[in-house]
Amino acid sequence: MATAPRPVDKPRPVYLNLFAIRQPLPAIVSILHRVSGAALFAIGLPMALWTLQTSLGSTAGWDRVTGFFASPLAKLVLLGLVWAYLHHLFAGVRHLLGDLHIGLDLASARRSSAVVVVLALLITLAIGVRLW
Amino acid sequence: MVARVTKIPVGAHYGLRDWLSQRITALVITLYTVVLLGELMWHGGMDYDTWRGLFAGGAFRVLSFLFLACVYYHAWVGMRNVLMDYVKPTGVRLVLEAIVICTLVGYTGWAIQILWGPH
Repeated sequence: MATAPRPVDKPRPVYLNLFAIRQPLPAIVSILHRVSGAALFAIGLPMALWTLQTSLGSTAGWDRVTGFFASPLAKLVLLGLVWAYLHHLFAGVRHLLGDLHIGLDLASARRSSAVVVVLALLITLAIGVRLW
Repeated sequence: MVARVTKIPVGAHYGLRDWLSQRITALVITLYTVVLLGELMWHGGMDYDTWRGLFAGGAFRVLSFLFLACVYYHAWVGMRNVLMDYVKPTGVRLVLEAIVICTLVGYTGWAIQILWGPH
């Protein structure tokens, strides 16, 4: 007796190879929001606390912090964290505006995600120029 | 007599609470960032004495602690979301979540030590 296949038996059209899907800009902003957030937690937070503790401790500590951030590697890490903070902040503001139903149509969402990416990169670049 | 089932059997309903706290903490973090940047610009850079003086004020210490507490809570909600989405084995996820919690509780102690401890 032949039974018709139940809907669940049909192969589902699953295609989630993230490296093969062309990601639209809002998706890139979204994943970078996560990446930057994780980086801020894993690297930014302990570095910020160490910087705060050492810089407030004594004049010698202040000098140690400024000396540390004078090295090119530390500057590069700092710049990366500055970018992460800015991108996370701007993408977050974009999220909050979305919660208020502002800029939810496709054209606005694409435009605002471009603004987030460009603004974060431009300010990071400006700070980078000042650091070097 | 059958007892009325009042418990909703699906979900733990922390979604809305997390969603809301993520936004409230985000606002506090943003405000503090603006205040700190304002201080830096007001003084036109920073030296040790100004920096020390800024954190000598009790109100600013409380504000800084509020900021850090919001960062920690915000980080917990965010990291938990990320771990939920990408780490499927329950045991591994549980261990990672425990590490995040322990780290953030430790950071809370560290923040208190920095802000009110002996320098």
